Amino acid sequence: MIGALQLLLFLLLAASGMQVVRTREPAAQAVAVSFYGLVLALLFFLHQAPDVALSQIVVGAVALPLMILLALAKVRRAEQAREKEAGK
Amino acid sequence: MKSLRYALFAAGGLGLAAALLAAFLRLPPVGSYAGAYGEVLNAVAVGERHATDVVSAVNFDYRGLDTLGEEFILFTSVLAVAAILRKQEDEEEDEDEPKWQTRKAPDSDAVRVLGAALVPLMLSFGLYMVSHGAVSPGGGFQGGVVLASAPLMVYLCATADTFLRIAPPALTKAGEAIGAAGYVLIGCLGLLAGKQFLENVLPLGTPGHAWSSGTIFFLNLTVGLAVAAGFTELLSVFVEEVLRRET
Repeated sequence: MIGALQLLLFLLLAASGMQVVRTREPAAQAVAVSFYGLVLALLFFLHQAPDVALSQIVVGAVALPLMILLALAKVRRAEQAREKEAGK
Repeated sequence: MKSLRYALFAAGGLGLAAALLAAFLRLPPVGSYAGAYGEVLNAVAVGERHATDVVSAVNFDYRGLDTLGEEFILFTSVLAVAAILRKQEDEEEDEDEPKWQTRKAPDSDAVRVLGAALVPLMLSFGLYMVSHGAVSPGGGFQGGVVLASAPLMVYLCATADTFLRIAPPALTKAGEAIGAAGYVLIGCLGLLAGKQFLENVLPLGTPGHAWSSGTIFFLNLTVGLAVAAGFTELLSVFVEEVLRRET
């Protein structure tokens, strides 16, 4: 039972990893990488590593996407400022 | 030309697949462990440190110095993000525009009620995780981030002003500094007692109780404070950045 679930999660992990690479829009990619992190955390949990799974949820599913979104917000703000400057 | 590239990829891909298959077939079964230290620690940790979560005993006692380094990695990262995202000289702010755009709270009652209901749940679960690090899975790091998600919920279901009122940047900065310094100070208790840095000098208590395992409990508290404050600090930098973009 657990073995089948592990196999299923491995396949889901591979599929979502592929999807992270195939997503081209950075903001959508942040959501995709968050889902990938969540699947990885479930996999850790099923391999009897609850401590690592909790850290993985935190870092992979929350902190990393947040960092990406932060960087995107900063970049877009700089772009808008430049456009505003050019429009004057 | 393109077909040549595909042929080259097919040859390489097949070779890689064959090598991976051969390697996977010889992997030891799930859960088998070849090291010696894990078995030793599993056998002695509860007796020596009265911590029923051996992972916490390793992180905050046997290899407590490593965790100090990891905590400062987080500390430095938060510092670096705040430094990179600070207002730069070429980004002039319009005087007549308000610094904070007052975004309205979400219109949906369901979002507001569910978000508000999640805040106390997040807080109590986070505090439970931080304080029971020595007893069950989790600990200061994981609990700290769960705690930090409570202000995030406030931001999602209320306004940015509310978020900044319950988590003012001055408070989160102070919390992060106190948490990071607290870890080092608890480590120095060992030196004061004439033992080694980070050595457990407090009474160990009963295994399985929240108040047990001596310094491990207090180290979890400091890490929880530092992590919760650090992540909230990141969130407020993020909120500030996004809102300034929207104005």
